[in-house]
Formats: sequence, structure tokens, C-alpha cells
Amino acid sequence: MDTKTDKSAIFKLKWFALVMLLLALAPFFLSDFRLNLFGKFLTFAIVALGIDLIWGYAGILSLGHGLFFGLGGYCMGAYLKLQAEELPDFMGWSGLAELPWFWKPFHHSWFVLPMTILIPILFALLIGFPTFRARIKGVYFSILTQALALIFVTLFIGQQPYTGGTNGITNLQHIFGFSLAEPATMRGLYVITVLMLGMAYLLCHWLTHTQLGKVLVAIRDGENRLRFLGYNPTLFKVLVFAISAGLAGLAGALFVPQVGIISPSMMGILPSVEMAIWVAVGGRTTLKGAVIGAILVNAAKSYFSENFPELWLYFLGVLFISFVLLFPQGIMGFLQKGRFEWATIILRWREKRFAKSSSPNGLPHKCH
Amino acid sequence: MGIETLLSQVFNGLSLSSVLLLVGLGLSITFGIMGVINFAHGEFLMVGAYVVYVLQTLFSKLYGHGASGVSFLISIPLSFFVAAFLGFLLEKVLIRFLYGRPYEGILATWGCSLIFQQMARNIFGANNVDVASPKWLAGGVEVMPGLQLPYNRLFILALTTICVMGIYFYLYRTAQGRRMRAVMQNRDMSACLGIRTRKVDTYTFALGSGLAGVAGSAVSLLGSIGPSTGQNYIIDAFMVVVLGGTGRLAGTIAGALVMGVLNPVFELISTSSMGKVILFILVILFLQGKPQGLFSLKTRALD
Repeated sequence: MDTKTDKSAIFKLKWFALVMLLLALAPFFLSDFRLNLFGKFLTFAIVALGIDLIWGYAGILSLGHGLFFGLGGYCMGAYLKLQAEELPDFMGWSGLAELPWFWKPFHHSWFVLPMTILIPILFALLIGFPTFRARIKGVYFSILTQALALIFVTLFIGQQPYTGGTNGITNLQHIFGFSLAEPATMRGLYVITVLMLGMAYLLCHWLTHTQLGKVLVAIRDGENRLRFLGYNPTLFKVLVFAISAGLAGLAGALFVPQVGIISPSMMGILPSVEMAIWVAVGGRTTLKGAVIGAILVNAAKSYFSENFPELWLYFLGVLFISFVLLFPQGIMGFLQKGRFEWATIILRWREKRFAKSSSPNGLPHKCH
Repeated sequence: MGIETLLSQVFNGLSLSSVLLLVGLGLSITFGIMGVINFAHGEFLMVGAYVVYVLQTLFSKLYGHGASGVSFLISIPLSFFVAAFLGFLLEKVLIRFLYGRPYEGILATWGCSLIFQQMARNIFGANNVDVASPKWLAGGVEVMPGLQLPYNRLFILALTTICVMGIYFYLYRTAQGRRMRAVMQNRDMSACLGIRTRKVDTYTFALGSGLAGVAGSAVSLLGSIGPSTGQNYIIDAFMVVVLGGTGRLAGTIAGALVMGVLNPVFELISTSSMGKVILFILVILFLQGKPQGLFSLKTRALD
């Protein structure tokens, strides 16, 4: 690596540090309610990073990331539930007298915290390996992942005694002995979310700047050529799918204590597709764009649902269509392109001016 | 569990297959020809179902409740034309900008689907509405003790058979169908030979949408309809396309039969939610051997 790129990398990370600092200071200038909301958006930003990695870089659109988000969330939800009650209330209602065996490990935080990431990764491997091995790609993969999300929603609703059914795991009030209603706990969770987002960002930044990142882009731009060059795209695809699923699981685990509930409606098809649109709005292939998109779209969502709940779906629909047609590169792409155009406009203007002022007869410029 | 239960489940599955077939045909044709998977396709089904509802309400206001039989018969072709017209508009306004960009197509058409659903909610209310089945479809044929085949499901089977035969005739026996297949196989070459591919695209999309509309009128016989009716069928219809492969009529038919019949059968064997899981796993396993689906166009292209 030459010094030039080194410098720019440090420069970029300076910005990163500044933004992180601003985010970490947010508790001082946001009300508790807004802070909680913002913390939620930041967990979504983590999901968006994962989706950007697989969609923006590797060119694979997964419409089932709600599932991974939900799996992470359910792990966390199960842990929080067991902290409060020996036998979760919904199990009692469905006539279970004893905790099922697969719920028992969720008593322990040392088990749960890794599992919120590992279980989504495991599922991603189980799904990703056979589908990518069979060279199922493009729209077919999107459809399969979408069907997967639907199936898990049906499964979680159907297995009420074990999952809490349609309502999900509700009424979560404590985490590590702290009350979730307490503003101080909320602030603590917010800071943890900011840290996790920062780490996720650094991870993705690092991944995309290594050889792996180049291979991912190569998969997107010319998978067959990559194959001819002796690479096996399958493993890389499975890997990126798993990483992105892990990030979604992490986000789900951070999301649940801030909201106090996890239900199948948060892992279904609509949330999964919404996740893709966050990235599309922000701008694919830029990690910043993914974060910005997730925050902006969700801010718009909460603005609409507070003020015009009827209009939200219209707005979302228009957002989907307009960004695809008008700004296919998202906000970041628009800004970058815009900056470029401004630069050329200014350059041209200066050239003209220069040409005039240095005209041979030396007439002064008209403009004052 | 007796054999009757299994048979009646299979029979119910056949009518589900018919609906999936009508929806899947449109999806498969438009995907084959334009490379766009239409995520708003389910909403054309919903439109078809609401056409039946509106026409029935109108008829019962004008001629009393006895007219539902007549109104249903009229509403089938009307569903087709209303859905086809909407599809025509959608193609002109949106889809034509999305050719060959499958992911963008998914997101944009998904946005359309959200808008359509919300419109249905605003116009007809969020709650489901009931469509009265015509009287001449009440009851059924008793084939054996404990196994009755309801007339309305038999009617759906007949309707689908007619539609598929019509599509077959259109695709393989008319000049327009031949052009459609040509564009599907090689767009550039067809254009060189003087086929107006843009026009073919529009008509194909309208045709596919119209079929979904007919499926909607069939669905209205099976239960109440609502803004999310399309969503209930669309994922299974996608799976039909994945399983059957694109661009071949036989593939879609086979895929629809498998998805429609196995769904209720697995649900009978295990629980309703586990049935879907088993079916999904089977589809993934099947795709290991045949990633292109059951039938697909033979091609030398790498992708």
C-alpha cells in the first residue's frame, strides 16, 4: 500500500471518529424518547451494513434478512424473558408445565450473547451453502430467501408454546438486573449500540478493503470470469451471506432490549424488503450510504406514523419506485455525482472568467 | 386419517394448484420475456377478486340478490380485462424502465404492490369482504362416502383448464404467440427480424396480469377477500416459478401441481406450519439436482 492511500484511509477514519463522537454525545441533546428511537435506528443501521456488504458489494439481494434479525432478537428476548420469569407466561398459557430443553441454555448470558450472532450465521450457512452451491442466483435467490422469511414467520406463529406465537416474547423489563424503563439503562444501551455500530462499520470497512472485498465486487461484476480465474465463488458468497446474517442477528439482539418486545411481525417479508430499501436509499456500495439510508428512512417512517399513519405505505411505495428509477445510486451516489458536476461547473466558469480577464485588449471585467 | 381425508386434501390442493398456475403463468411469462419479476403480481389477483365483489354488489342493488350467478359469470372476463388494463398501464409507466434489471424490478414493483394494497384499504376498507358464491355452484358431487367434491372447486379446475388451453393456443398457434416466444428466446434477433419487441412486451405483461385477474375471480369463490389477498398467494406462486423454471408452459404447470398438492398434504401429515417448512426444504433439495427448475429452455449461455 502506498502512502497516498494510507493518508486517505486515516482521513476517512478521522471523519468516522468525529461521527462516532457526535453519536456518543447524542444523549446530551436528545430527549429520552428520541434517544430511544434513535438507538433503534442505529440497530437498523447495523443490519443495513450487512445488507450493503452482500448486496452492494457482492451483488446478491437477500430478501430474508428480517429472519436473521428476528433470530438474534428472539435469542435476546428469550434470555430477557427467563431473567424475569422461571417459566415464560405464554408457555403457561399454552399448557407447558416445564421449560423445554432448548430453552434452558438461554438462562446464561455467556451462552446467549454469542448465540445472538452464531444462530443467524448457522442458519445462513445452512441456507446459503446448498443454494449457492447449486448456482442459484439473482432473482431466484431473492425469492428463496423471501420464502424462507415467510416460512419462519409461519413457524414461529404456529409453535405458540415455544415461541409465544403471534404476540412473540413480550413484556421484557430487565436486562442484567437493570430496569429497561429506566432512562439510564436506555442511555447505556444506546452507547453500546453506538459502539457496536462503530465496530460493525470498521469490520465492513476492513473487509471491503481487503482482497476479499475485491473478490466480492468481482462476484457482482463478473462471476463467471472469477470462476475461470480459478476462484470458487460459492465459498465467498456463503461467507458474505453468513457475515451479513451475523450482523443482522447482532442488530436484533440490540434492538430487543430497547423496544421490550420481539414478535414475528418484525422478521416477516415486509420488514425484510424494507431493509433492502434502506440500503437502496442510502446508496449501495458505500457503507456510509447504508447507515445514512437506514437512519433517514426510519426517521421518515416514525415521522409519518406519528403524523400521517395512513400515508406511510404510500410514501414507502413511492420511495421504492422513485429511488430505483431516479436515484439508482442512492443518496450517496447522488451527492458524489452532484459534487462532481458542481466541480466541473465551477471549473468551466473559472476558465471562462480567466479567458475574459486575460483577453488581449486588457479590458477590465464587467462584473464588479 | 382415512383415505377420504387424504383424497379431499389432494382435491383441495388441486384447486390451490389452479390458482397458483394462473398466477404463476403470468409471472413466468413476464420473467421469461423481460427479466422482471413482478412483485405486484399478487395485487392483480386482488384486483380481480375485488372486481367480482364490486360487480356483485352492483347487481344485487340493481336486480336483487338472485343475480349473483349472472354477475359472477360476467365478472370473470371483466376481471381479466380490468387486471390486464392495469397491467398495461403499469408496463407503460414503470416496468419498461426496468428491463434486464431484476433487483431494481423487485424493489420498484414491490413499491407498487404496497401502493395498490393501501389503495384497496382506502377504497374497500381494511377488513375482508365476503363474496357470495353463485347458487349454481353450491353443493358438490359425492364420489364416495365421506368424499365430496364441491362444485366451486370443480369450477375453478375447469376455468383453469380453459385458460391454460387458451394460453397454449395463443402461444403456439397464433402469430402473436410465436412472436412472443421468439422474443423470449432471443430478443435482439427478433428485433432484427422486424418484430416490434416493445409492443410484444406490453401485450405480454397485460396478458400475464389479466391471468392473475382471472385467478382473483377464482379465489373469490374460496373465501373472503381483502387487501392482502394477493400476498397470501404470491410467495407460493414465486416458488412455482422457481420450481418449474421459466419460459415453458409445462414447467409452470408441473410446478403449480407440485406446490399446490403437496402443500395441503404435508399440512395434513404434520402441522400447518411444519408442512411449509418441509416443502421448502424439499424444494431446496430438489434445486440441488436441477437448479434451473423442472423444465427450462435449453441454452448455451452461461447464465
